[in-house]
Amino acid sequence: MIEVNNLSKYYGDVPAIDDVTFKADKGQILGFLGPNGAGKTTTMRVLTCYLPPSGGDVSVDGYDVMEESLEVRKRIGYLPELPPLYGDMTVNSYLNFVAKIKGVPSGSIKTRLDETMERTGVAHVREQVIGHLSKGYRQRVGLAQALVHDPSVLILDEPTVGLDPKQIIEIRETIKSLGGDHTVILSTHILPEVSMTCEKVVIINSGRIVGEGTPESLVAELKEGEMLRAQVAGPSSDVRSAIEAVDGVIEVREESGDDNLEDAIFIVTAAPGRDVRDDVARCLVDGGYGLRELRGLEMTLEDIFLRLTNEEMEV
Amino acid sequence: MRNFLAVYTKEIRSYFVSPVAYVIAGVFLFLSGYLFRNILMQFNQICMIYTQRSQQFGAGGLPPLNLNEMVVTQFFAVMDFIWLLVVPMLTMRLFAEEKKSGTIELLMTSPISTTQIILGKFFACFTLYTTIVALTLVYCGILEVYGDPDWGPIWSAYIGYLLLGATFIGVGILASAVTENQIIAVLLAFGALLLLWLIDWSASFAGPTMAKILQYMSIIQHLQDFQRGVIDTKDVVFYLSFVFFTLFATGRVIESRRWRR
Repeated sequence: MIEVNNLSKYYGDVPAIDDVTFKADKGQILGFLGPNGAGKTTTMRVLTCYLPPSGGDVSVDGYDVMEESLEVRKRIGYLPELPPLYGDMTVNSYLNFVAKIKGVPSGSIKTRLDETMERTGVAHVREQVIGHLSKGYRQRVGLAQALVHDPSVLILDEPTVGLDPKQIIEIRETIKSLGGDHTVILSTHILPEVSMTCEKVVIINSGRIVGEGTPESLVAELKEGEMLRAQVAGPSSDVRSAIEAVDGVIEVREESGDDNLEDAIFIVTAAPGRDVRDDVARCLVDGGYGLRELRGLEMTLEDIFLRLTNEEMEV
Repeated sequence: MRNFLAVYTKEIRSYFVSPVAYVIAGVFLFLSGYLFRNILMQFNQICMIYTQRSQQFGAGGLPPLNLNEMVVTQFFAVMDFIWLLVVPMLTMRLFAEEKKSGTIELLMTSPISTTQIILGKFFACFTLYTTIVALTLVYCGILEVYGDPDWGPIWSAYIGYLLLGATFIGVGILASAVTENQIIAVLLAFGALLLLWLIDWSASFAGPTMAKILQYMSIIQHLQDFQRGVIDTKDVVFYLSFVFFTLFATGRVIESRRWRR
């Protein structure tokens, strides 16, 4: 549905994105994840034909963004970072205008408007002037604008910025419900958003892709081993050497932090696929240390994200 | 056509929903009304002196005064200048505002051509201009009630006005397209229009060929024939090609984003 091959974009001599390649299948929700200034917005602007690529090919539904820009633009709904709203128009007249320029047939404009406003929860403010709406509602009107012509591809640049927690959940639900019929690309720097809504994740940093896959596969790929978190009472250096002696343990790291806590907290990494919980527990109890807590740790997208983006910086 | 109409109605609405159209029309009509009154009073004065003089010469001594020449032409000449000040304010927001607020991103990523956007905006502004110009017909109506003006030159002057306005709007739109700052847009349009207004001045110091070119470039020279009641194809072509050129340049400016790789 969306294919990006070796895309680069330079602003003058400065590369904003460099050799980016990824693919989104029909009906997929793809999360575009990266810190600020990573090149998310630039990539989206190229996808929507707003900016020309400096190099590489980008195609949407088989149409090239440079050669067949008009065909591409018919098929996409785009919510830029700053919702493109006319402050002096009412929600209704604004969406009516967008529907017209997006090519919705005159006969079905009314039903499309009703449906979109219902879906994005702006139906009850339809007669209000956009300039008087709150940030959350503007964002919703922006989303409605992207949906009004029922595009096959939706490109959403940080759709949940500036919303309150309840609205964020609602918007996420809306986006989730769009998957299946629509191909959705959404950019964000908020991690839970991706693990909650997206089927595929592309992690971008300083204009390069540093990770790609499903949230689960990314976790599996980058996992170095099984992790344990142990909270133990006792002299920390003794405890540490005791755990290190357990067969299968690769690394023991003491978590600094809470000084009020008498117990020390250790993060134990074991060889992949080995469950060392029983052995660690036994050795601690045998050693006479007070084992307060012991549990397995799941690596989160957060860890992966930080790892990937930091590695890049160190290089 | 549909896209053009969508942009056109949107722009018209935005002129008439906001106070912009009313304030501009109000200020313009007030100023032109004031000037018209003074020109009329002056004419009145001249008429009185003229009557006294002609009595001295005896009946049938002097030809009657020409209302068109004394009032209409003079009035139109002043209006030109007010329009030069007003039109850049009508056009300044057309593209600058879209750029500033980011709505240009919506337009540029929609399946709508740059030509449709520009024409929609141009004709919306031209409609507002025409509406205000049409309101000044009231002044000519007053002349009709109290005098006997020749309507031929008046109508041709109005046609000239519409062409001049279209040219002003074209320049204004171009100025608005190059910046996202409305103040810069206004100043650029003022600068360009004033220069085109006064360009034939330097003709007196230029060589014969250059002088001809400079004179031809003057946007106001071409209006004089219209005010005398002559509609010359040469002048019509001048204005229309000027409008075409400015709108074409605007299109290039707007599209240039798509070439900068």
